[in-house]
Amino acid sequence: MAIKDITLGQYFPGESAVHSLDPRTKLIGTVIFIASLFVVDSFGGFAVCALCLLAVVKLSGVPLRFLMRGLRAVLILIIFTAAINLFMTPGVEVWRLGFIKVTEEGIYRSAFMAIRLVLLILGSSMLTLTTKPVTLTDGLERLFRPFGKLGLPAHELAMMMTIALRFIPTLLDETDRIMKAQMARGADFESGNLRERARGLIPLLVPLFVSAFRIAADLAMAMEARCYRGGEGRTRMNAVEFGKGDYAAFALCAMMLAFAILSRKLNWF
Amino acid sequence: MQIRVESLSHIYAEGMPFETVALEDINFTIESGSLTGIIGHTGSGKSTLMMHISGLIKPSSGRVYAGGTQIGLKTKESREAARKIGIVFQYPEYQLFEETVLKDVSFGPKNFGFSPQECEEKAKKALELVGIDPDEKGKFSPFELSGGEKRRVAIAGVLATEPEVLILDEPTAGLDPRGHREILKIIEQIRRLHKPTILLVSHNMDDIAAMADQVLVIDGGRLAMDGTAAEVFARREELASMGLGLPSTSSLLSALAARGMEIRTDIFDEDEAAREIARALRQD
Ligand SMILES: Nc1ncnc2c1ncn2[C@@H]1O[C@H](COP(=O)(O)OP(=O)(O)O)[C@@H](O)[C@H]1O
Ligand SMILES: [Mg+2]
Repeated sequence: MAIKDITLGQYFPGESAVHSLDPRTKLIGTVIFIASLFVVDSFGGFAVCALCLLAVVKLSGVPLRFLMRGLRAVLILIIFTAAINLFMTPGVEVWRLGFIKVTEEGIYRSAFMAIRLVLLILGSSMLTLTTKPVTLTDGLERLFRPFGKLGLPAHELAMMMTIALRFIPTLLDETDRIMKAQMARGADFESGNLRERARGLIPLLVPLFVSAFRIAADLAMAMEARCYRGGEGRTRMNAVEFGKGDYAAFALCAMMLAFAILSRKLNWF
Repeated sequence: MQIRVESLSHIYAEGMPFETVALEDINFTIESGSLTGIIGHTGSGKSTLMMHISGLIKPSSGRVYAGGTQIGLKTKESREAARKIGIVFQYPEYQLFEETVLKDVSFGPKNFGFSPQECEEKAKKALELVGIDPDEKGKFSPFELSGGEKRRVAIAGVLATEPEVLILDEPTAGLDPRGHREILKIIEQIRRLHKPTILLVSHNMDDIAAMADQVLVIDGGRLAMDGTAAEVFARREELASMGLGLPSTSSLLSALAARGMEIRTDIFDEDEAAREIARALRQD
């Protein structure tokens, strides 16, 4: 089933140095990486960012081929962005067919934007590939906890995200199961016009909602039975602390950002 | 319809880091009109095998034939043949969705292009077959019914398509003893009235021993045994090593034999077992 092929946001199990970093480090590191991509204004700068990313990928043990798969889902977006930039940028004309024209600036910009987008997606995939969803939301909660004084319910938001992430695979499995059960009764999810297709989803969506509510009710009961009553005074089973690796990672990120700013100042190609 | 499975293998998430070999080189033949029991530990691949036989998933390699036609291809013949195979999934009550019981059971025939009248007729017949009065409960919402009734309505939803091959994947899982007996009665009834080829996946060895003409044992994605109930349940140690037990009668008789009693162990009927024990006791 095509549903199973989605790799974006997936976790790739492992025990590398990257996997065992504090989730906060990886979150901040990803933000710095993305910031660097937007600071950089030259191909040379991208090369530095790409090298840093490659180092992290190598260290993490995630196969490059697996990482690249994540791009497939957003290939259309990349092509679309590249095409718009290629045809819509005014400047010195190099090629023309009717009203379609390609300019020197267009080629440059389209390559530039495509590289930025690809690096952006690969960089953020590395975050989810090397961090368990639960650890990730844990990191988010701890990053946002200081804002609790301003009324941000950090724990509740993180708990909601944790639960949502935890049940995505469950609901995907359930979807797969119900689809097959209805297909066995002759349901067709693949042909017909838009209206027919939308109607055809009812036999899938109704049972799916029923399941989702059942799961939610069960979970709420199970949480209550274990005396869950919000974030106040809760301690953690696996408390994460910054270690040597985290400081090293921060140093690397800072260097990358410095390079990115420097490359802009020095006007590299 | 005869079912033939040839060197069937299935790998989930092939090429991914978490790929699972669910089935490996499975070969067997099932005769038309027979009831075949499929047993195996949880995760051994039974459900995957059943989905292949109903053409819902594609094999990684190998072929499945129903009545001589290969299943799971895009051709017209293959689709026609797949229509004659009905599958009742594990916990089928989670597939109910319509406003009324009757409409839900009509869903299958409607998809197969029958007229509204024919659909209703088939639905009513199917509901009667599972012991639900279509005039009384037909207008109910399926979500108002009891657990056992929901299960039976879901089974009727498959029966309404009048399958020549009926696959039942753990149809009694999670039911109370009464619900369990009702489902067994329905299976007997279907056999008597329509004589379809039935594949029954179950963890209940007593049911398998009582009903199956042929028993397939799946272990870790491989076909470990293929024979009559007597042949399969005679291999007690092997079954135990796969985490599978015996029917309660043979279990008792084997225990007696192990204590030195001269007794047959391949009896699956309670009365017959009682007579055999009495006979052995008189002999001692
Ligand atoms: N949709 C799926 N994706 C990945 N792996 C699966 C999927 N369905 C089943 N499996 C795996 O395949 C194996 C066989 O599963 P299944 O056919 O459901 O066994 P059984 O019905 O005997 O319990 C198990 O290891 C299971 O985890
Ligand atoms: Mg199963």
